[in-house]
Amino acid sequence: MRATIEPTGLTRRIIPCLDVAAGRVVKGVQFKNLTDHGDPTEAAARYAEEGADEIVFLDITAAPERRDTDLDWVRRTAEQVFIPLSVGGGVRSVDDGRKLLLAGADKLGINTAAVAEPELLTRLAERFGSQCVVLSVDAKRREPAGAGGQSWEVVTHGGRTPTGLDALEWIEQGIERGAGEILLTSIDSDGTKEGYDLELLRRASALSPVPVIASGGAGTLEHLADALETGAAAVLAASIFHQETYSVGAVKEYLDRRYPMRMS
Amino acid sequence: MTATEATVIDAGVGNIGNLVRALRHLGAEVEITCDPATIRASRCLVLPGVGAFRPPREVLRGAPEEAIRSAVDAGATLLGICIGYQLLFDSSEEFGTTDGLGLLGGRVTELPGGVPLPHIGWNRVFAVRDHPLMTGATNDDHYYFVHSFAPEDVPEEWVLGRCRHGRSFPAITGRGRIAGTQFHPEKSGAAGLRLLGNYLAWAGALAAEADGGDSATAAGH
Repeated sequence: MRATIEPTGLTRRIIPCLDVAAGRVVKGVQFKNLTDHGDPTEAAARYAEEGADEIVFLDITAAPERRDTDLDWVRRTAEQVFIPLSVGGGVRSVDDGRKLLLAGADKLGINTAAVAEPELLTRLAERFGSQCVVLSVDAKRREPAGAGGQSWEVVTHGGRTPTGLDALEWIEQGIERGAGEILLTSIDSDGTKEGYDLELLRRASALSPVPVIASGGAGTLEHLADALETGAAAVLAASIFHQETYSVGAVKEYLDRRYPMRMS
Repeated sequence: MTATEATVIDAGVGNIGNLVRALRHLGAEVEITCDPATIRASRCLVLPGVGAFRPPREVLRGAPEEAIRSAVDAGATLLGICIGYQLLFDSSEEFGTTDGLGLLGGRVTELPGGVPLPHIGWNRVFAVRDHPLMTGATNDDHYYFVHSFAPEDVPEEWVLGRCRHGRSFPAITGRGRIAGTQFHPEKSGAAGLRLLGNYLAWAGALAAEADGGDSATAAGH
């Protein structure tokens, strides 16, 4: 029990991330050499059972015209998993968003489409509310750091396409345009298991009035704690959960000593 | 025993699909409607809502609102969720003052600053009173919230659960057959499903009681 009365009992969130292609959970390196890792509904249900606070799905099918049947897995998951579900990938219009929400998504992750057309964030927020709109930002360190200190560039397509946008400025702009949450992935750290980009998270959390979700680099329990220490509202991880290095429950038990957690 | 029939009142705003999925998952037969006659005939009403207070308030004004009142007077249970919960109180101060349904005393006001708003995420709810909805509730239950406004000045004897975000506010309120939650039970994992299940069981028990009375009368003929 905490001795003082906190202004809020809001907990920090632990979020497993699942990549989905053609309705199956997949794993690969940089979206290549994809291997099948089962049914999204089963994976989500298992993580929810372990205590996950939310599930992020990244649909990497990337079909330009999504057919209704392509969202059957979202529908099936929403029928069985009763925690917030966020689905990113392929949302290019208000109509794409509507289809996903009707299928059962609670939040829409927007990445490349927002870079191409920032106004999309506003249209989605006006139609569905900011709480539905998650701006997904892939950030890469600018090397060498300029005279103004370290900065990060927004990249798309798994880091292959530079955009010229400054990541922190883009985050501010995205929030102004209606994003209710920022999913911030360090492309330098992603897949390394050597820890999150803490400097990036610290800078982003300091400027963002909306929750920042830390992503990219989780390898140990200490990494997750470090990310929360920057002020991040939530930590997202993929491999440590998929490879069963840690269960969601074990992660929460560890972090519960220092941060408020929802313990199931 | 047959499945509880639940009537979800669709005030035309927001996505209520996940609430319907949760009720069906719990075995309820769900009808989605804003038709006054259907509402009036229901024994188990659920009033959901997301977004702002005023649009659903205006949709309900008149016949649907009267149907809700007469259903409750005739013995139906009513559960308000999120904006549907706020609609149950006397008034809301979101974008000027708007009257609510006045089924629960209290007014809906903005949460104070100093904490992130909107209040989005999992927060702890302290069980403060026994009620059929609270069966199995503990003081370490967390539920999923998405809101910036919350009720205040609610008579303490109706408050079932309290949450803290900037201020302490009633997260679960119940008076007679009318109850509501500020959070989304349909998105609150096992704790949320338990509360929805409690609601269906409560509504089912009250309906069975009423039917029991009816069949006793019928048997007398």
